[in-house]
Amino acid sequence: MKEQPMNRSTTSWLKTLVLCATTLPINYALAEMDPAPQEHSMGQAQGGSAPADARDPHAYSDGFTLTEGPYAQTGPRQLKLADEHSFGSLLVDRLESVKTGDNTSVAYDLQGWYGRDYDRAVLKAEGDIDNGKLEESSTEILWGHAIDTFWDGQLGIRYDTGEGPDRTWLAAGVQGLAPYWFEVDATAYLGENGRTALSLEAEYELLLSQRLVLQPRLEINAYGKKDEANGLGSGISDVSAGIRLRYEIRREIAPYVGVEWAGKFGGTKDLARADGEDTSETRFVAGLRFWF
Amino acid sequence: MMGLSPWVKARAGEAPATETGTPPVLSGTEFDLTIAETPVNFTGAPRMATTINGSIPGPILRWREGDTVTIRVTNRLPISTSIHWHGIILPYQMDGVPGVSFNGIAPGETFVYRFKVEQSGTYWYHSHSGFQEQTGMYGTIIIDPAKGNRIRADRDYVVQLSDWTDEDPMDVFAKLKKQSDYYNFNQPTARNFFRDAADKGFKSAIDKRRMWNQMRMSPTDLADISGYTYTYLMNGTTPAGNWTAQFRPGERVRLRFISSGTQSFFDVRIPGLKMKVVQADGQDVEPVTVDEFRFGPGETYDVIVEPESDQAYTIFAQSLGRSGYARGTLAPRLGMEAEVPPVDKAEWLTMADMMGTMEHGDMGGMAGMDHGGMAMDHSQHGGHKMPGMNHATHSPLAKPSTTVRHARTEYGPSVDMRVDMPRTNLDDPGIGLRDLSQKGRRPQGHRVLTLADLKSINGVLDDHRAPMRELELHLTGNMERYSWSFDGLEFGKSTPVSLRHKERVRVILQNDTMMTHPMHLHGMWSELETDQGELRVRRHTIPVQPAQRISFLTTPHDLGRWAWHCHLLYHMDAGMFREVVVS
Repeated sequence: MKEQPMNRSTTSWLKTLVLCATTLPINYALAEMDPAPQEHSMGQAQGGSAPADARDPHAYSDGFTLTEGPYAQTGPRQLKLADEHSFGSLLVDRLESVKTGDNTSVAYDLQGWYGRDYDRAVLKAEGDIDNGKLEESSTEILWGHAIDTFWDGQLGIRYDTGEGPDRTWLAAGVQGLAPYWFEVDATAYLGENGRTALSLEAEYELLLSQRLVLQPRLEINAYGKKDEANGLGSGISDVSAGIRLRYEIRREIAPYVGVEWAGKFGGTKDLARADGEDTSETRFVAGLRFWF
Repeated sequence: MMGLSPWVKARAGEAPATETGTPPVLSGTEFDLTIAETPVNFTGAPRMATTINGSIPGPILRWREGDTVTIRVTNRLPISTSIHWHGIILPYQMDGVPGVSFNGIAPGETFVYRFKVEQSGTYWYHSHSGFQEQTGMYGTIIIDPAKGNRIRADRDYVVQLSDWTDEDPMDVFAKLKKQSDYYNFNQPTARNFFRDAADKGFKSAIDKRRMWNQMRMSPTDLADISGYTYTYLMNGTTPAGNWTAQFRPGERVRLRFISSGTQSFFDVRIPGLKMKVVQADGQDVEPVTVDEFRFGPGETYDVIVEPESDQAYTIFAQSLGRSGYARGTLAPRLGMEAEVPPVDKAEWLTMADMMGTMEHGDMGGMAGMDHGGMAMDHSQHGGHKMPGMNHATHSPLAKPSTTVRHARTEYGPSVDMRVDMPRTNLDDPGIGLRDLSQKGRRPQGHRVLTLADLKSINGVLDDHRAPMRELELHLTGNMERYSWSFDGLEFGKSTPVSLRHKERVRVILQNDTMMTHPMHLHGMWSELETDQGELRVRRHTIPVQPAQRISFLTTPHDLGRWAWHCHLLYHMDAGMFREVVVS
């Protein structure tokens, strides 16, 4: 298989995106420390790192612990609160029927987790089903670790299926809540033969009422190397931007309708054109968002 | 019974329906309490409750100061249980916190509590195991003073407020972990925005939201759990059930209000009647007459009302989140009722709730006025003996320190905000109760109780020593992750706070969150002081408002390990819990 070396502009572009993704939490922390005059007193209300003279949270313990020292209950510690229990959840953010031109397919996008507040196992899965056949899918299993108030760092693997050979990637990224309540998921990938990829997803929830929620969503994918067998060029491969309107019958169950524009770019676009495929499309979606 | 399935037979045979409403009174020195699951139906859906002697609330225990009481608690649940005597000073082995003071009461076992009662007043008791308090395990304790009752009343009623959910409380908790605003149906919406923009201009509407959105904090997170799942109860009775207390016009009626909600603050008023507060947390206070008071889980207030006319009065207790209310009636005759006021519109938290004192900007007229108020109090009571003032000139710790010292562990994922300029005033009634007359929500001159109004009667505060040391702890949390803690450390990561037997020590609590936390220290009194170091009132549960820094003095007279926690049960269970070792 011919692998086209990454060109210079793609490399620098990728570097920029990786930097953006990984320094996002730092960027916003710095932004908030910017002492705008009217906000002087709250300059460091969030984030930041502890000053050298920060108080020792164990300073009042006299060396005693929950199991050692006077009057401690004997045996293993009995009292364990929710911070020492595991919880789990599965959110099917999108399970939708996608109508494009005269074709109707099904798309899914889900995320599950199991674990505690600061360390958890994360499953992410996305894919398209057309005519009862899984056309393409991307599934990730990650370890999520809290790195900040609103952000988890994630490390793990991703497995893709598509029109060509399956691809396996190492994944490293951040997921969390950016200022102004943007839900962001940015991950960098390293595959076999020096393949690299980036994906960026952002969502926002605009409450029209307590139950009617408008959800804009943006997804951008990029690859460092051409993968012709999978119809991917280097650089930004595809962008989709959609808006979905859901009604929460309960918090857990919300049917929705929406519209999404999706387009291919660069080498990916060229490959699609050469194959006689559409390079951009408008999709009408109807689906169900649910979690438990 | 022949035709019933074994399941129904077992249920019907072993568990008669839970008794609700005013519970029976048990008095004397020997008590037998049985904990069991019994069926109950508050909402139309039958549920199993965890009850004490088969009633919600559990029986009223009437003790006498100076007596030694023996309480045998038998566990008929399939899981471990416990009873904690809230606000009672006793040996730690009798305090009833599994894993801290004893091992809990295993299924089928009977645990014998025995201790000498050395105080009087209104208290309560509840399970300290899991979420059993939420499912019905709470009751009232009334302790009669040894020397006769100082407070004269013709009638005496307990008004115990609580919250009930048909959901399994563990499911409620898990939902909060997955989506912490699950129960908040008062969130800012686009519609609110356009209404604000139309009323006050686009820029003002943007400004109002900018900071909250930038910081990813919700201005409407008042209660975590709302009337969406909660039914608010007065003496185990729903608002529709209308619990009623009788009086004859002209009588003095003592109402012993107990806040036994697990996650609910209540704002209590009786339209048409003034309430004279005579005790707080069972301890005598200088009588103060108010129209309304707020109290959170754990707190109690005894009030005297004197209804003159032959009419019904509504006892109205709306939740702080304004998503529902508990309600009952004071009436000359059963069956009468008065108008039930509408629930107030929920207010947004203010910048002062987020950041404490501010040098500039709109502060909702709170911060800044406090010191003046305090200074006036000094002069007004100049003639009184103020025990707290004795040490003022002698000790470097005469006043609580004002330097904010955040813990190292507050700079991490467990904490979503820190307050650098906390407010220290005690005269703020809190969000939703500020300036009600000016806002046209209550009649002119409507007075709401604040902590600044509460002064223990001379003799209650009997330790006049200056503190020898000062501890500072911060109340912290991360609403997005639904994690709550002291100093950013949840219970599992924490170490105990070590106090020396009988030392006089000051504890500063600074609230680095946007919710009020009713902080309950077991085994010793929390003696609230002003920011000038003036001792004010003895409490067992102190509500600390958002961005507030308060301090109290304590003297640990009893050795052992004690629990110290936020009495919002879901905050406690999330980790806002510390052990205290007295040795």
